[in-house]
Amino acid sequence: MNFLMRQLGLVIFLAILAACSSEERTVESTDVVQELPTVFAVNYPLAYFAERIGADTVDVGFPAPADVDPAMWVPEVDKVADYQGADIVLLNGAGYAGWVQRVTLSQSRLVDTSAAFADRLIPVENDVTHSHGPAGDHSHEGTAFTTWLDPEFAFEHARAVLNALSRLLPENETAYGERFAELEQELLSMDEALSVLASRIGDQPLLFSHPVYQYFERRYSLNGRSLHWEPGVMPDEAQWRELTGILQGHAAAWMIWEGSPHPEANSRLEGLGVKSLVFSPAGNRPETGDFMSVMQENLRALQQAFPGPAD
Amino acid sequence: MRDVLYLAWRYLVYHRLKTVILVTSITLIIYLPVGLNVVVEQSGEHLTARAEATPLLVGAKGSPLELALNSLYFSPDYPELIDYSAASEITNSGLATAIPLYVRFRSRSHPIVGTSLDYFDFHNLSIAAGRPMAVLGECVVGAAVAEALGVSVGDTVTSSPETVFDLAGVYPLRMTVAGVLSKSFTPDDDAVFVDVKTAWIIQGLGHGHQDLASPEASASVLNRSEDNIVANAALVQYNEITADNADSFHFHGDLAGYPLTAVIAVPNDDKSGVILRGRYTDEGATSQIVRPVTVIDELLDTILTIQQFIVAAVIIVGLATVATAALVFMLSLRLRRREIDTMLKIGGSRPRVASMLLAEVAIVIVLSGVIASVITLLTWRFGPGVIESLVLA
Repeated sequence: MNFLMRQLGLVIFLAILAACSSEERTVESTDVVQELPTVFAVNYPLAYFAERIGADTVDVGFPAPADVDPAMWVPEVDKVADYQGADIVLLNGAGYAGWVQRVTLSQSRLVDTSAAFADRLIPVENDVTHSHGPAGDHSHEGTAFTTWLDPEFAFEHARAVLNALSRLLPENETAYGERFAELEQELLSMDEALSVLASRIGDQPLLFSHPVYQYFERRYSLNGRSLHWEPGVMPDEAQWRELTGILQGHAAAWMIWEGSPHPEANSRLEGLGVKSLVFSPAGNRPETGDFMSVMQENLRALQQAFPGPAD
Repeated sequence: MRDVLYLAWRYLVYHRLKTVILVTSITLIIYLPVGLNVVVEQSGEHLTARAEATPLLVGAKGSPLELALNSLYFSPDYPELIDYSAASEITNSGLATAIPLYVRFRSRSHPIVGTSLDYFDFHNLSIAAGRPMAVLGECVVGAAVAEALGVSVGDTVTSSPETVFDLAGVYPLRMTVAGVLSKSFTPDDDAVFVDVKTAWIIQGLGHGHQDLASPEASASVLNRSEDNIVANAALVQYNEITADNADSFHFHGDLAGYPLTAVIAVPNDDKSGVILRGRYTDEGATSQIVRPVTVIDELLDTILTIQQFIVAAVIIVGLATVATAALVFMLSLRLRRREIDTMLKIGGSRPRVASMLLAEVAIVIVLSGVIASVITLLTWRFGPGVIESLVLA
């Protein structure tokens, strides 16, 4: 009888132990956090579109430091590893982020968001060619890459992001479509407002501090000339001489900058009859606001510079 | 019984030459058909397993066998080249994942496989040490390569020139080992994996050199005009990609026209695979799509036919050998007539003498069987590797 009781006790003890451990497992399983698919982008506009369309269904990564131009940024190996681990890597195309050519990424995860308008990209000309060996003449010229400054192209970028996200998470396709429609509406409004402004500007000569506004110029038929001036940096005398030469045949009253100009440069420009305004391309994440708010700010700056009858 | 076996054994040992010849003949007759069968079956399994794991291969029109052997087993003979755009077309079709392959160069005897990271996922290759290649000029080596070359993470391996007489050709590229793969018991163990762009640099299609517009490169400039600079042979081209010179590496022209040996196409589903295959049926197409398993099956069918011929020949030779062995035993009995008579006269019974003679035959057959089994086991262990290397050679 004692033996039977001992056996029964052992069975009950083991049953309790099993129940406890299964309870622990249940608790553990509920603690597991479901990791979201990751989407990495090579510039901020693409990251913004992914954030807007993907919302809380994806983790969007854009690891470029705030103080660099993502077009020229070269990520460290650990950052490359982050891109390698992403489910989708959004490329701008048009030769943007040349580092992509020098790293190893999963081909199947790359999405060229400018593929839909590859035939309408603007080639950069006037580059010096060189030759060595049997390969013959060649140059390192490229393509203008600030494509999103043309709202139509921005829309195409966003559509490519939509398609990529829908392929990744088809169950969210409807929600993505709705968010994309909202974004599309905002981009269309922006385009309309800029078109009105462009008609006001007409054929007035403009200066651009840097050759990054090609698509913006083409979209709105602006009469612009580009310099190679950096925001916040006082241009040297050679640059001023170049400007003076340009102004003789291109009497611009406004220079459009990527960022705030150096105060001395601003004063000297005003002395030459050229006023400055900032139209940020928003290639990198802004300190405050987001892509659309920066574009609205750009729009306001242009409206103030070129007021209409109602303004 | 032990005395019978002892006498039989002593007889065989005394006539060792005759015994060795008999055992060798019978061993070969047992081993040849069995061993051949083992080799063919195992090689077939080995070859087919990798082919079955690779759904579709796209390559230039030509020999499907060359395409499959180069893409699956990295054989030195590479097929006609196709453009990189072939991979993009497959990706853009939305029907399959495209994994580019450029298997043309070697580091000593080890194939350098230019591909993308998708290849590792596709073949479930895991990194035992280090990480996947991240930047141009980095490589991941198979377990056997790491062992053979004695390299580990941070060491370097160098590409070999395509021909030793290519004195004016491209400099060998020194590549940093970023990672070492876990053993997979496949040809991947013996390969050096690089990004396909690194393979293009090995070929000289991409390169890094001094900035010709800089004053430091003035000694390398042969002729300079406003819009063109011609360099002379003194121009320093880099043979290793480092953090300092990585930015100078570049490719000219559209990468879509750069070469590949093949593209592995992994269809999303069966239907996508069929649609994709249908796109390569055009007579005028310059590329072909093959199912590696079909190609390897055809190869195995050929090997099987040869095997059947060999087995038939072996059976005929075997019958002749058995007849000869029987003759040897019968002649031996006749020659030993007096020896047998003596044994009977000193009191050996007829059954006992007969047992002794049968034991001699039995020992020869058992010994031959054991040796044939050992050789078959060795064949089972090492044969497929030998056959595979013979097929690939």
